[in-house]
Amino acid sequence: MTRHIILRVLAKLLIPLIMLFALYVQFHGDYGPGGGFQAGVIFAAAIILYALVFGLDEARRVFRPRMLEILFSSGVLLYGGVGVVTMARGGRFLEYAVLLHDEHHGQELGILLVELGVGLTVTAVLVTIFFQFAGRRRA
Amino acid sequence: MHPDLPALQIVVPLLSAPVCVLLRRPRLAWAVAMAATWFAFGNSIVILRHVLATGPISYALGGFPVPYGIELSIDSLNALVLVIVTGISAIVLIGSPRSLEREVPTERHYLVYTAYLLCMTGLLGMTITGDAFNIFVFLEISSLSSYSLISMGRTRRAVTSAFQYLVMGTIGGTFILLGIGLLYMVTGTLNLADMSQRLAMTGANRTVLVSLAFIVAGTSIKLAVFPLHIWLPNAYTFAPAIVTAFLAATATKVAFYILARFVYGVYGVQLAFGELRLDAVLLPLALLAMFVASTVAIFQRDVKRMLAYSSVAQVGYMLLGMSLANVDGLTGGIVHLFNHALIKSGLFLVMAVVLLSVGSTRLDDMRGLGRKLPLTMAAFVLGGLGLIGVPGTAGFVSKWYLILGALEDGLWPVAVLTLLSSLLAVVYVWRVIEVAYFQERPADAPEPEPAPASLLVPAWALLGASVWFGVFTSYSAGVAREAAEMLLGGGR
Repeated sequence: MTRHIILRVLAKLLIPLIMLFALYVQFHGDYGPGGGFQAGVIFAAAIILYALVFGLDEARRVFRPRMLEILFSSGVLLYGGVGVVTMARGGRFLEYAVLLHDEHHGQELGILLVELGVGLTVTAVLVTIFFQFAGRRRA
Repeated sequence: MHPDLPALQIVVPLLSAPVCVLLRRPRLAWAVAMAATWFAFGNSIVILRHVLATGPISYALGGFPVPYGIELSIDSLNALVLVIVTGISAIVLIGSPRSLEREVPTERHYLVYTAYLLCMTGLLGMTITGDAFNIFVFLEISSLSSYSLISMGRTRRAVTSAFQYLVMGTIGGTFILLGIGLLYMVTGTLNLADMSQRLAMTGANRTVLVSLAFIVAGTSIKLAVFPLHIWLPNAYTFAPAIVTAFLAATATKVAFYILARFVYGVYGVQLAFGELRLDAVLLPLALLAMFVASTVAIFQRDVKRMLAYSSVAQVGYMLLGMSLANVDGLTGGIVHLFNHALIKSGLFLVMAVVLLSVGSTRLDDMRGLGRKLPLTMAAFVLGGLGLIGVPGTAGFVSKWYLILGALEDGLWPVAVLTLLSSLLAVVYVWRVIEVAYFQERPADAPEPEPAPASLLVPAWALLGASVWFGVFTSYSAGVAREAAEMLLGGGR
């Protein structure tokens, strides 16, 4: 992999920025446009770019398939778990207001956690789909 | 009843699915799936009893007030469907480790259980929700997971049949979404109860007509109504045995529920049958399904495929009940949904046993099995009698109500045709009995392995229940009647 030096240098520059922007979209989703789904897609795009430039095997060494499985399942569990906690605290399913002492703080925390779950799952699922297709041998 | 039980009905299977992925070990994943499905089964019985005792339940998700937020609304109709879906899932799952051993590589078992739980979540969600868009979301969850379940069959044809189902199912799902979108355009609401009130005011305009067409066509694909059934025989034949037993008894039943809910609960009898003449479309299709699909079933060489075609025919009976639009007919349709779920999943479990012990479900390989696997083939005979509708089995109860309903409308030719189509069921069931009991097992055929109890007991439980509900009908036909009266009367 000594060829494509421009691509590799640019990718190394861009990937951290893309990831940082993904985190911005993730956590700024409460105030501006954005949220878990968009952030997850952007984050996955960074990983896919890495795989495209440095090769699938390199990418798979960093993001192991089993780790991705754990990530997307825990994302769903985090989302649903928030709902279960709200029910345990006497509210309805996903009634964020009961999460904390104060209604508004509770709603903020609830949305943050739920969107985090969405972000985790979307990133891991998109990368898994990419790996599955990219890993197929040509017929 | 604890107020959060309606939410737990979907949340528990939904959250158990990722837990199966995390645990990964086949035994552990199976144990989690068993716990989740049996909890859901118990939960749905509690809900049904509560609904029968005190009337419909409404649950506001997230605490948002009802016409604006998503509502879970349960009345006697969907409480009954919930019990069917969870009950069948729970019973079929008992024998699944044994059946999957043969068909799916061990390292992928946890994925089967995950997809099974997700599919069940989707079906339960479609049933329990009172929100039109929510129906579409859960439809997608159940469809996507059922495609992956089917593709795990042991031959490569499982993949092509899953893809065929995917293409058809996606078209169906899109049609349903378009229909819901048009309804939203006319009414400005997504809540089903709210929608029906507003539709009653707007009446039938062209948008409403088109939305009805989209929703009926879309659900008909998922329900495998006669000319739109081509995905079903392949999907049922090539899917793993327990997946067929699960999907045959649940997926089409929920699609029937969605169709009934939209036609009766949202559009209303007056609009759908009085002004738009839906019965003129559905009734001929129902009769065609009964005759054509049963005739095709007679010529099948694979028994699993034969049962799949029989399912298409049985959908015809349910559809007949719906298009009659009177209390007896609709009771027949709904009670047939219940009875057919028991009979068909029992029969497909019998096929799972046959596949395990003989290695195939082809008719030729079942020669002389009556003596080798007496309990298994006796279960098949019992289920076959139910399919025919012999008095004393559940199938008789449904056909009795359907014929009563047809006569009530003065449609005596329909009543006669319903009886005649049962004769076709006699033929295809008899073919199996003839091969299994009256033909000698060829000398060179391998000795069948003994039937595993973990599959045989659930099969007998389901088929035994179908006989029980053929004699004691108060729970099945009684609830179905209440649901039919609600759909035709109070449910607008």
